[in-house]
Amino acid sequence: MPSFNFLLLVILGCGAVTLLTRVIPFIILKKINLPLGVVQFLSFVPIVIMATLWFEGLFIQHLGHLPTINWLNVAASVPTVISAVISKNLLVIVIVGMISLALLRVLLS
Amino acid sequence: MNSSLTAKTGMKDTIPTLAGYIGVGLAFGVVAKAAGLSVFVIILMSVVTYSGAAQFVIVSMLLAGSTFFAILTSVFLLSTRMFLMGMTVAPFLNQESMTRNIILGSLLTDETFALSMNKLNYTNRTLSFPWLNAANLLAYSTWIVASGFGGALGSLIPNPSQFGMDFAFLAMFIGLLYLQVAADRTISLTLQLIMILIVLGLVYVGLILIPSNLLLIIVTLIGCGMGVALKHAFF
Repeated sequence: MPSFNFLLLVILGCGAVTLLTRVIPFIILKKINLPLGVVQFLSFVPIVIMATLWFEGLFIQHLGHLPTINWLNVAASVPTVISAVISKNLLVIVIVGMISLALLRVLLS
Repeated sequence: MNSSLTAKTGMKDTIPTLAGYIGVGLAFGVVAKAAGLSVFVIILMSVVTYSGAAQFVIVSMLLAGSTFFAILTSVFLLSTRMFLMGMTVAPFLNQESMTRNIILGSLLTDETFALSMNKLNYTNRTLSFPWLNAANLLAYSTWIVASGFGGALGSLIPNPSQFGMDFAFLAMFIGLLYLQVAADRTISLTLQLIMILIVLGLVYVGLILIPSNLLLIIVTLIGCGMGVALKHAFF
């Protein structure tokens, strides 16, 4: 592991980067209103980002080759989706998801 | 979720996400400790950098002996999505002061962003400082404590994935996606379902071509662009 000073530099530098990318939109949008076209573009951000975060977890990347399927996460997603439809309650969904994956691990080990 | 936008409701609405922060935070602490970081450095990174994905990348790049600028570039690429999320959520907080906007922006995460988008469907499309600030602070403190614990206990604690905790965030995004599709009528249901299939295709192709730190932002930009085009052409 590098020296403490290097670690400190990395942490502070990366902290500045994550802080700026988070704060700048809030500062800009406090000053100006977005044009309608941009608003419409951004209206797709929630569904696209949430779906991407889910689907990324269903595959294992092999850059330059076809991804393989993470069957464990795919299988655990099935009861999770069903619990979403039935309960419409986020806490229930998360708990069902966690139990499903833990059970699958036990069953398959 | 209901229409209340108080700090107390903010905390309550955030509870389902905490298992994810605890599981991933513990895992980060354990991994970082094993990589040779002290508990102090682990906590400092969680306090200052505060980004789950970026922190894992930083530790692996430190281990690989990467340069300062290489690490910074990776973290920047990974963080560009926060720019889009901020742009999406900030218009709903326009009525709050600049200081409050900066406070909210500085602690926004994938999870509190997704929660906010869901909350909009219950509040007649409004958000408030107390609600989002409480959600952000609860997430932030949970992340710091969990990663500190992970670092302090190291290999003494059982692997969090044994309890399915690594699936908590994935389950949460599944839940938020479902609730979003079920409740959001600003985009028609058919178009939302089409978009989910398009994203699946984009992620699959993206995994072949795009390094993981760029995948989310590129898929999001292309996906949103296709969404706008489809909406204009057919909806």
